[in-house]
Amino acid sequence: MTEGRSHRGTNAAKVQIGRALLALACVFCVGPAVWQAVTSLKPDAELIRLPPLLPGEPTASHYRAAVGEPSLPRALLNSALVATGATVLAVGLGGLCSFALARLPVGGKRAILAVVLCASMFPPIAVISPLYLLVRALGLRDTLTALILTHAAYALPLTVWILTSFFRQIPTDLYRAARVDGCSPWRALALVILPLARPALAVAALLVFIFSWNEFMFALTLTASEAARTAPVALALFPGLHEIPWGDLAAASVLVMAPVVLLAVLFQRHLVAGLTAGSVKG
Amino acid sequence: MNGRDGHRGASRRGISERAWGALFAGPALFLVGLLALAPLLGAVWLSFHRRLPIFGISEFAGARNYWLLWGDERFWAACRTTLHFTGLSVAAELFLGLGLALLLDRVLNGRAAEARWVQAAVLIPWAVPTVVSAQMWSWLYHPDYGLLNYLLQATGLVSSPINWLDDPVRALHAAVLMDVWKTTPFAALLLLAGLKTIPRDLYLAARADGAGRWAVFRHLTLPLLLPVILIVLVFRTMDAVRIFDAVYVLTGGGPGNGTETLSIYAYKTLFQTLQFGYGSTLATAMFLVVLALTAGYLLLLRRHLREIAS
Repeated sequence: MTEGRSHRGTNAAKVQIGRALLALACVFCVGPAVWQAVTSLKPDAELIRLPPLLPGEPTASHYRAAVGEPSLPRALLNSALVATGATVLAVGLGGLCSFALARLPVGGKRAILAVVLCASMFPPIAVISPLYLLVRALGLRDTLTALILTHAAYALPLTVWILTSFFRQIPTDLYRAARVDGCSPWRALALVILPLARPALAVAALLVFIFSWNEFMFALTLTASEAARTAPVALALFPGLHEIPWGDLAAASVLVMAPVVLLAVLFQRHLVAGLTAGSVKG
Repeated sequence: MNGRDGHRGASRRGISERAWGALFAGPALFLVGLLALAPLLGAVWLSFHRRLPIFGISEFAGARNYWLLWGDERFWAACRTTLHFTGLSVAAELFLGLGLALLLDRVLNGRAAEARWVQAAVLIPWAVPTVVSAQMWSWLYHPDYGLLNYLLQATGLVSSPINWLDDPVRALHAAVLMDVWKTTPFAALLLLAGLKTIPRDLYLAARADGAGRWAVFRHLTLPLLLPVILIVLVFRTMDAVRIFDAVYVLTGGGPGNGTETLSIYAYKTLFQTLQFGYGSTLATAMFLVVLALTAGYLLLLRRHLREIAS
């Protein structure tokens, strides 16, 4: 009896400790981002003083300065264009390719999937110099097109893996029936398969968008001027010549991370499902 | 039979299923081939050349670059730095990620609303662009105005502010902490998904048989979770070995070359000193390191994997 009671007592204590640890983990995850947001609202005098932790008089001056910097709005626009372009291209081509790998007779499917997977494994630095030379030879250096194409190419492996496994789950009979009714594979895909695959396509699109928005090395190397600079590159090059304008930098950071953080939080359930499905199923 | 008929029907109209397959798969494979696989081969090819565009030098050099590499102290230092970084961050991420996953599984089991909040919190570090997180952490690490020093002093853990980024080893550990922040939550999510695939009945049965918590974890959870652990290990290791933007923005590879990882050294060689040949040799060497590490893991854990599969 006493043993049972003390057991229950320690269990309740354990749950309390568990919840406290979880809360701590959440604070650790969210803290740095929140701190950056807090910093972006602090007037300069409070920036170099701790405490207060919270801004006494929140100010938008850092945001005005960050947006007034001509390169940042341009960079955000470039990032939006590149990420959208790469998403459309990767999901479009990846969707077609995955459908072919899942339902059509294509030679060497396993080899193709293996090679595509390998392509996603090697470090970007291993390809950057020939890629740079290639992009230059094609006359695409310092263009958004170059970034859209590269980001799409590097997002394609993941897209193809996610979508192929999803297309395989759609019953073959649906596709066969459409074919027997006289649909071309193209029409069968558009009318029967794609509507069913919308959730998977959305997850893939989200992942490509976030990947492209965050990508740094290609964007840094393949661009030279503000005309094609993306947001992460602009942020990396942000610091002033002599003194780092921490407040403005914080405001710029918030602007650069806001879109992807919002996307991730809004679509968290789909994102987690999509990201874990492939790896957990093996 | 049905499929065959469909086949013939399609080819009567001029396009066979096979041709459709090529048509659909072609563009994606072309793009990956052109921009990912061809450059990889290109890097290997360049690594056997002496190529200095500013001097107009472009000649075949055989294995010369690889000999240079062998004797290049900066390369070995970068290897050590990369291994130091990878070992610490992957170990910490796996350990903490597993702890967090177990905690989430235990505490939030069945509490959907709370689980959603935690999941949102956990996704934020993953979604924050690496460059942003580097800027964020360099502000947290600021010797005079940084929150980290403030908290440490406020809680009495240190008496005077620490300059986190002025010493090579400390700066490297600062980068590790940043990486742990960014990726532990995500590792935890993957491991949590793995935990959820383990049937509850197994736990109940084990407990009924009188197994203690540790025994259950050691003989049930851990082996069943091993495939997911392996995946996390492989992906995190590959990411850590090729780390570039986080460290590049946080420390620029300094102080001195103290936090220069392989990617940063290769990048500087390629684009600051414009040695395309030697830089490609460094990049190729790195690719081989990644390949070897992955193969090593798989070999190491092959026996366990086979046991689980059978």
